[in-house]
Amino acid sequence: MKKVINNPDDVVREMLEGMTLAYPEQVRNLEGTTVLVRKDAPVDNKVAIVSGGGSGHEPAHAGYIGPGMLDAAVAGEMFTSPTPDQVIEAIRAVDSGQGVFLVIKNYTGDVMNFEMAREMAEAEGISVEQVIVNDDVAVEDSSFTTGRRGIAGTVFVHKIAGAKAAAGGSLKEVKEAAEKVVANTRSMGVALSPCTIPGAGKPNFQLEDDEMEVGIGIHGEPGTKREKIAPADDIAEELLQKVLEDSVDFDKSEVAVMVNGLGATPESELFIVNRYVHSKLSEKGINVTHTFVGEYMTSLEMAGFSITLMKVDEEMKQLLDAEAAAPAFHR
Amino acid sequence: MMVMTVEQAVTWVEKTNALVQSNKEYLTELDQAIGDGDHGLNMSRGFQEAEAKVSSSEYETVGGVFKDTATVLMSKIGGASGPLYGTAFLKMSMFLRDKPSVTQADFAGAVEEALNGMKQRGKAEQGEKTMIDVWHPVADFLKNGQNVNAGKLVEVAEKAMEGTKDTVATKGRAAYLQERSKGHIDPGSTSSFYLFQALADVWKEGE
Repeated sequence: MKKVINNPDDVVREMLEGMTLAYPEQVRNLEGTTVLVRKDAPVDNKVAIVSGGGSGHEPAHAGYIGPGMLDAAVAGEMFTSPTPDQVIEAIRAVDSGQGVFLVIKNYTGDVMNFEMAREMAEAEGISVEQVIVNDDVAVEDSSFTTGRRGIAGTVFVHKIAGAKAAAGGSLKEVKEAAEKVVANTRSMGVALSPCTIPGAGKPNFQLEDDEMEVGIGIHGEPGTKREKIAPADDIAEELLQKVLEDSVDFDKSEVAVMVNGLGATPESELFIVNRYVHSKLSEKGINVTHTFVGEYMTSLEMAGFSITLMKVDEEMKQLLDAEAAAPAFHR
Repeated sequence: MMVMTVEQAVTWVEKTNALVQSNKEYLTELDQAIGDGDHGLNMSRGFQEAEAKVSSSEYETVGGVFKDTATVLMSKIGGASGPLYGTAFLKMSMFLRDKPSVTQADFAGAVEEALNGMKQRGKAEQGEKTMIDVWHPVADFLKNGQNVNAGKLVEVAEKAMEGTKDTVATKGRAAYLQERSKGHIDPGSTSSFYLFQALADVWKEGE
C-alpha cells in the first residue's frame, strides 16, 4: 500500500481538518464530531438537507455543502457508515424549525444508522424526512433483498433537493422532488483497478492488466462480472445499454448526463466516454439538457467510471440550473 | 444450569474483544471477499472501546453491563454491524432490566429479544447470509433448555456460521454479488460466532 497518509486511524479526522481549512468561508466542523456544516447553519426558514456516508468518496459528501445544496455532511470511517450519534449532531445543528431532509444511499449500514438518528431526532421534536437513493442498475431490484446501491446519482438528489429547499420548498415538497430524482435516475459503473482502504492495507480484489470489473459499486467491492478490457466506446456502450434497458423509459425524453470518475481515471478518458454517450443518445432521439463530467462520487483511488442518466422535466431542469455554491459544485 | 453474574458479563465482553482482536485480519479478509473489507477494523475498534468501558466501570446488574456495551458499540463500530450489535445488547439489557442475577431462562429470553430486535433493525430473516443465521439457532438452542453447555453452544454457533458458506446473500452488502456470494463464509456470522465462543469460554470457567 502506497498512500499519502500519516496513520491509517487518523485519515478521516485529518482529511476533515484539511477540508475545513480549505473552505473556511463555506464550511465549519462541529467540534468533536465528523460533521461539517454550512458556515451559516442553521439557515433561517429553510428545510435543511443532510447527507453523508462512509468516507473515501470525496468530494462527496462534504464538497456539496453550500447554498443550494447540502446544509451538513456526516463522514463515517472509510467506506463505513457514520454512527447515529454523529448523524443526530448534524440534524440538531442545521434544523431551523422547518425540518430536516436526509439523503441516504441504499446500503444496509447507512440506512440503519440514519434511521436510528431519525428516530432520536423525532423523539426530540424535530421533523425529519428521508429519501433512499438506489440508482445502480448493476444489481437487480427486489423488495426481498437489500436492493440496489446508491452511487453517483446521489449528487443529482443533492442538487435538486437542495435547490428545492433553497427556493422555499416545504419538507414534503423537498421529499417529493428528491423522490422524483430517485425514480428517474439510473447509473452503472466499471472498474479498471481496485482500491485500498488505508486500514486494510490491501485491495478487495485483483485485476489482471487486461481485465475490468463490470457493475462495481463505490466501495471497492467486486462487481457483477469480470471481462476483458475493451475500447472506450464498447465499455460505454455496455454500461449505457444496461442503464437504458432498465425500468425508466428514456425514449424520446430529455436527460441530464453524468460521467463520473472513480478516482484514478483521467478526465481525458471521461470526456472520451462522454463523447460516445452523447452520440449514442442523440442517435436514439434522447435530448441531453445537462452534462456533468468529472469526479463527483469517487471510490478512493479506483480507476474506472460510472454513467448516470436522469430523465428530467421542466421543474427538474430549473432546479438543476438554480444557483449552487458548494466547493465541488457551482451553478 | 447456566447463570450469568455481573462479573461474567464483563468477562464476556473482554473475551469477545480478545477473539475479535486476534481475528481482525481474518474478518477483514472474509469481508473483502464479499463485502467492502471493513468488518475487522470496525469490530476491533468497537469491542476495544466496549471492553475499555465495561472493565473500568462498576455495575450492579448484568443489564447495566449490556447497556453500556450497547451504547459504545452503536457509536463506535459504524457500518451495519454497529446498529445490529448495538441493538442486540440494548435489547438484552432492556429484557434483563435490573435483575440482580440472571438465570438460564432469563438469558435465553434476552437473546431471543436481541434476535428479534436485530431482525427488525436489519429487516432480515434467517437464511439470508447474515449474522441472523448464527443468532437464530443459538437463540433456539438456549430456549430449548436441554443440555445447554459450553461445548454444545460452540457447536451450534460454529455449524450455523459454516452454513452461511453455501448460502446466496439476499441481505447486506454481499447481496450485490448475487450468486458470486456463494462459497464464502459471511463475515457478520463469523463475528457473531466469536461472541458465542467467548460466552462458552466464560461458562467453561464457571463449570
